[in-house]
This record gives sequence, C-alpha cells and structure tokens, in this order.
Amino acid sequence: MMNSLTYTVIFYLFAAVTVFSAAFVVFSRNVIYSAFSLLFTFFGVAALYVFLSADFIAVTQVVVYVGGILVLLLFGVMFTKGIMNTELKSDVLHIIPGTLILAGMLGALLYTFYTTHTWKPSETQLHGSLVERIGFETVSHYVLPFEMVSILLLAALIGAAFLARFDKPDNNNL
Amino acid sequence: MEHLVPIGLNHYLTISAFLLGFGLFAVMTRKNAIVVLMGVELILNAANINFLAFSKYNGGMGGVMFSLFVIVIAAAEAAIALAIVINIFKIFKSVDVSSIDTLKE
Repeated sequence: MMNSLTYTVIFYLFAAVTVFSAAFVVFSRNVIYSAFSLLFTFFGVAALYVFLSADFIAVTQVVVYVGGILVLLLFGVMFTKGIMNTELKSDVLHIIPGTLILAGMLGALLYTFYTTHTWKPSETQLHGSLVERIGFETVSHYVLPFEMVSILLLAALIGAAFLARFDKPDNNNL
Repeated sequence: MEHLVPIGLNHYLTISAFLLGFGLFAVMTRKNAIVVLMGVELILNAANINFLAFSKYNGGMGGVMFSLFVIVIAAAEAAIALAIVINIFKIFKSVDVSSIDTLKE
C-alpha cells in the first residue's frame, strides 16, 4: 500500500494544493482572498501530516489553525478595514530583495536536498496511529514543557484579551 | 523520474522549503500587517512539516511532540499579534507596517 500508485497520486495532489494555495496567499493582492487561500494551505498541510502518520497532529492542526487562528485572522481583517471599502488591497515594498530572498532560499535549499547524498532512514520508522504514544510522551517525558506551554498559552490569551479590549470612555490612554 | 515515485523525505522537505520561501517573501514584501502574520504562519507550518518528516523517518517521538508545542505557540502568537494589530489600527487608523515609524527620530 505504501508505494502504490494511488498513494503517490494523492500525495502529489495534496502537495500541489498546499504549495499553490500558499503561493496564492502570498501573491494575491486582496487580503480576504489571501485569508481564504490560507484555509486550503492549512488543510493541505494537515493532509500531509496524515501522510507522515501524525494523525493527532493533523486533527490538532485543523482544530487550532482553521478553527482558531484563521478565524482570528479573518476577524483581524474585518476589524481593521471596512469590508466594503476598496482598501482591502495590500501594497508591496522591497519587491526586488524579497524576490531575491525567495529565489535564493528556495534554490539553496532544493540544491542541498537534491545534490547531497541520499538520506538514510531509520529501520524503525513511525507507522500507524500515534495518539497513544503522544499521550504517554505528554505525561511522562514532556510533562514539564506541557505544563509550561499551557501556562504560557493562558497568560498569552489573557494578555491578548487585555490588549484588544474596548476602551472605556474615561481611560482611553493605553 | 526515478526519484519522484517512492515518496521519501525529500518530497516533504521540498514542500516545506516552498512554504518557508513564500512565508519569508510575505514577511519581507507586504505592507499589510495581517498578511505579514499569514507569512509567519506559513513559516511555522513549514517548520512543522520538517519536524514531522524527520520524526517519521527517524522513528522517534521528539519531532511529533515538538510540532504539538509549535502549534500551541502559534496560537498564542496569533492572538497577541492580532491584539497588537488592532491597537495599531486604533492609534494610526492603518495597518500599514511601513508607515508606523513614530519611534524613529
């Protein structure tokens, strides 16, 4: 099954969805189009996570990125620009250095990947579902980072709610 | 064509390199702060693909756990950054990152 034609075709389909929608995010001038194209990028990346046998991470990606971050970004777009204005265009600057960085980074990375010697994968690759192993790792090996990141997330969300609150009329000095 | 068919580590690294390049391009060239944030999200996704690909072909759980933490940090980062963007919009009436230069002399 791992090397069957269907597997390969589906992989290339999701890879194409991911890369082309990411390109559309970057090269589209309309912020709303960029945000909706980012939706396809996140779904494509989640599908690639399933190919990498990280099913739990894929579900987390859909829940957190699509359900949380993308909605936040869309709210940001709609809060900061009138949706009916024609001001939704996003200008560009430093187009030459940006293109140089894009081409240089991409060229250097792909040249390194494809000209150096082939990778030597381990004998014991990850297969099947990882949910149970993630649970064990979370409460045994990674329990301190897990608790720290939960406290960090709590603090960050309280801070974000505090920063973005509506000003009361009597203290509108930030 | 012979390196196209068995899906290996290089395929995932190529997709990740594309996402990283596009994200850097967005961060460098766009003036809208929200599109810059989208570029940062693309870069984080590229890093996550790398973590999971190396973790799968290495057989360890380190990359999987780290990618979980990356997703949490990305959520915190998006919330804080959008709060800051909304404050910038309140003060400057614009989210153009190249026009916010009041700290400059």
